[in-house]
Amino acid sequence: MGERIGIEVSLAASEAVKMANVDVVAAYPITPQTHIVEHLSELVADGELDAEFIPVESEHSAMSVCCGSSAVGARTFTCTSSQGLALMNEIVFIAASLRLPIVMILANRSLSGPLSIWNDHTDVMSIRDCGWIQVFVENGQEVFDHVLFAYRVAEDHKVSLPVIVNIDGFVLTHMIEPVEFWDEETVKKYLPDFKPVNQLHPDQPVTMGAFGMPIIFTEAKKAQDEALIKSKTEIIKAWKDMGDLVGRYYQPVETNHLEGAETVFLTMGSIGETASLAVNELRSRGKAVGQVRLRLWRPFPFEELREAVKAVKRIIVIDRAISYGGPGGPVASEIRAALYKERNMPVITNFLCGFAGRDVTPDDFIKMYEKTEKMTKKKVREEDYIIYGVRE
Amino acid sequence: MIKSEEELTWKDLEVGCVVSDAGNASQYKTGDWRSLRPICDKTKCIKCGVCYIFCPDMAIRKTDEGYFEADLYYCKGCGICAQECITSCITMVEEEE
Repeated sequence: MGERIGIEVSLAASEAVKMANVDVVAAYPITPQTHIVEHLSELVADGELDAEFIPVESEHSAMSVCCGSSAVGARTFTCTSSQGLALMNEIVFIAASLRLPIVMILANRSLSGPLSIWNDHTDVMSIRDCGWIQVFVENGQEVFDHVLFAYRVAEDHKVSLPVIVNIDGFVLTHMIEPVEFWDEETVKKYLPDFKPVNQLHPDQPVTMGAFGMPIIFTEAKKAQDEALIKSKTEIIKAWKDMGDLVGRYYQPVETNHLEGAETVFLTMGSIGETASLAVNELRSRGKAVGQVRLRLWRPFPFEELREAVKAVKRIIVIDRAISYGGPGGPVASEIRAALYKERNMPVITNFLCGFAGRDVTPDDFIKMYEKTEKMTKKKVREEDYIIYGVRE
Repeated sequence: MIKSEEELTWKDLEVGCVVSDAGNASQYKTGDWRSLRPICDKTKCIKCGVCYIFCPDMAIRKTDEGYFEADLYYCKGCGICAQECITSCITMVEEEE
């Protein structure tokens, strides 16, 4: 196995991209993604990575370049955050429709306004329905592993879809953590060379991105939906194979202290590690509390979620984004929808917290639990959502 | 294409809706968009080919006698040929269907 070294998570991400031996990096720097792109440009300039680094003039161009380079059969990487994602929005949807296996790290940051550079999940939630495979990670090691995982899944001919690896801005990107690097042989075993399903090549001309008349558009969307749903099989297989090689087994839905748990926190991203500390503390106080972590966001892991919470009475769903005028945070809305038909549907409490870098500590999770417990005892009718910690 | 568009199911589509048979736009009948049809008065036509050059859809072809005429399978009836014709020998008439 590879070496375990202390490294800034952004740099570890770039090193993983290097190990994936990408052919093209097209990106525009934006906080908090900057160090990832900066380090990749260094790796290319120093001759450590034999790739084209294309310093585009905007994120719209970045994703456009990615579509072109992926279409000709180049392994392609990009990375952005927040406003950058908003600017590339138009092409993000096209990349998925064209089934181009681009990999993007999204260093999650709040969307303006007010202007903020700090972490939450409003950026990714703005493209929830873009058709990409979307995963969330909790720490530096998971970032490294998931870059390689992303290429493995994206380029699988049964999948051929782009993948977003969501990593929390600053909270992860700017941390120095111990990360176990894979050795080259392991990467070779795990990640075969990229052979595109369809390729723009003069020897065998094809048209990509053709006009879809009403007579065919519905069929095109159904095919795309099926492709994303079915990708779950390959996703699970890619995680299993990774586990067999490096000993870390990832799941679409992961659980912690689920035994006998009546209440569980449901988290996505790095906040899950914070929640786990609160779970340990609450368990030591004799509370039947556990935790469910959603690693796979798209395709949504319905079966795995239902299985994980089948004996649970209450779910405290943590959202890092708001749906203005809507039914609650986007995660809670989907959890409610996913469990609606269950015979013993748990009560769902939705806390919206950690907006744009506001700290959420283990103590905050304990307070959320206590508030939930109080509401349960008093049999208070659930509010659709509670913005935690807001000054009234 | 073996099946017509009307018969294609979602399972028949290629990954990413790639069109793999090159040049198949020639099968696409754009002529049914037309509401005006170009009619050429051969007594005025000087066979200059200006209509042929200006046609944005390359829908005009040269006949054996050297005249130029629109291929109505493709002609959308835009009227550019009539506008550009030096001797005004082309007129656009209503399709009566």
